[in-house]
Amino acid sequence: MVNKIKTLHDILIVGIGITPVGEHWEKSIRELALDAITAARSDAAGLKPQALFVANMLAPYLSGQTQLAALLADFAGLRGIEAVALEAAGASGGIALRQAYLALASGLVDTALIVGVEKVTDHASAELEAALATASDADHEAIHGTTSTAQAALLMRRYLYEHNAPADALAYFSINAHANAATNPNAMYRRAIRIEDYTHAPMVSEPVNLFDTAPLADGAAALILARDDRLPETLPHPRVRIAASAAASTTVALHDRTDPLKLSSAAESARLTMQQAGLTHDDIDLFELHDQYSVYAALSLEAAGFAKRGQGWRLALDGAISRDGRIPICTFGGSKARGDTGGATGVYQLAEATLQLQGRAGENQIANAKIALVQCLGGAGATASTHILELVDGS
Amino acid sequence: MEASRHWRLKQERYTLMGEICPHCEEKIFPPRDICPACGENARNLYKYSGRGEVYSFTTVYQAPAGYEENAPYTIALVRLEEGPMLTAQLTDLGDETVEIGMPVEMVTRKLRSDGERGMLVYGYKFRPQLARTISA
Repeated sequence: MVNKIKTLHDILIVGIGITPVGEHWEKSIRELALDAITAARSDAAGLKPQALFVANMLAPYLSGQTQLAALLADFAGLRGIEAVALEAAGASGGIALRQAYLALASGLVDTALIVGVEKVTDHASAELEAALATASDADHEAIHGTTSTAQAALLMRRYLYEHNAPADALAYFSINAHANAATNPNAMYRRAIRIEDYTHAPMVSEPVNLFDTAPLADGAAALILARDDRLPETLPHPRVRIAASAAASTTVALHDRTDPLKLSSAAESARLTMQQAGLTHDDIDLFELHDQYSVYAALSLEAAGFAKRGQGWRLALDGAISRDGRIPICTFGGSKARGDTGGATGVYQLAEATLQLQGRAGENQIANAKIALVQCLGGAGATASTHILELVDGS
Repeated sequence: MEASRHWRLKQERYTLMGEICPHCEEKIFPPRDICPACGENARNLYKYSGRGEVYSFTTVYQAPAGYEENAPYTIALVRLEEGPMLTAQLTDLGDETVEIGMPVEMVTRKLRSDGERGMLVYGYKFRPQLARTISA
């Protein structure tokens, strides 16, 4: 119970908005964001945010747009409010919540809107690969033709090699994600898969096959935050508080890591949140982790301390990660099957975890979920942001 | 074009010039000026032999813009014999099957080209070590 977080007031998630992930040819980046913002504001009984935090990775490359936050504030009818975009590749969503949390905890901001948005389907594959590769070290990785998939493949091959794991060791991460997405109306792939689908899948970058990778697609999700002394008189949903918030970094380049199979930023940010909240692993009811590639799911379980080094894949094989398992992950399908929305990913995860704690997860509900660990990674984990969300008793 | 950007890196790209920390003797590649091991300034140049072994590898089929004409190509993490690791393409593989632990050596090759009138960027790739260098 050392170093338990001390803030004068609880910071609550009082509204969420989730839009379907997919190929939205008819919608621009601002329209995608507006859908999520409108849904979140409606969910928060119309509470007006004082500040906007945007989570986005690719708008400068794929939409030719900087100052995205000002653009979205104006487009959403919030012209004039403070607005800033945060970029940390796939960790942008968690980092945006972290910054909003700091703003509210400081007392200088009372209510905030976070929107994660990514618009990718206006571009062809080679341009997307080049845009995604900006999350690696430009001078020492991307110049050699690396891709985000290649980075994951380098880690996955080494993982299987060092731990003497079978070729299909990571299959059940994908199978679990697809099973959970099957009942998620916002998921891109609402279809369960079998082990045969995985073992017969075409290779993308050996040993990464089609089912080890998440499909990059358009999407937006939003959260409304408020301090508990600035709440509307009636809130339509049970209260969810941010029990802990942390971020950490490590080297951008894989080759600069002492041990590439250790996601040290994920480990450190998870450790900090557990310490802040005074919780142990047994207290965590679900873990929304970043499964852009299946190897990251295994490495994240190990980094957060749910499995020993080299043993993360066994939690998938044993069913511990399923909705009725010991540590459910990716309960709405994760990036793998809900769809990967780049910098918006963390906001989807946080919104989904909130639904779980509020008992609004429908067929995806984890029984008696009270505490959720939520973590997203930038690129190959150079940035990691971790939060613990907790259902407020009696709300 | 970014000509100056690549020109600045010519020593490391063409000759594997890195650094060694004068305080703790940590060997550093790519060069980064502040020692990651002890946090002190480390600007003493150190030239790497160019020999190492494959730590991990994969094949890129869906190449990023600027690399499509080379696809498919093999990317590896190479552990240099002096200690540091780097990212590079493997080349001159012929019929050789790549494996973790395979000895490789540095060669200079074209990394990317930006169309007929664009700049050519050269730098290090790694090929299987020839027999004479393994026995040396």
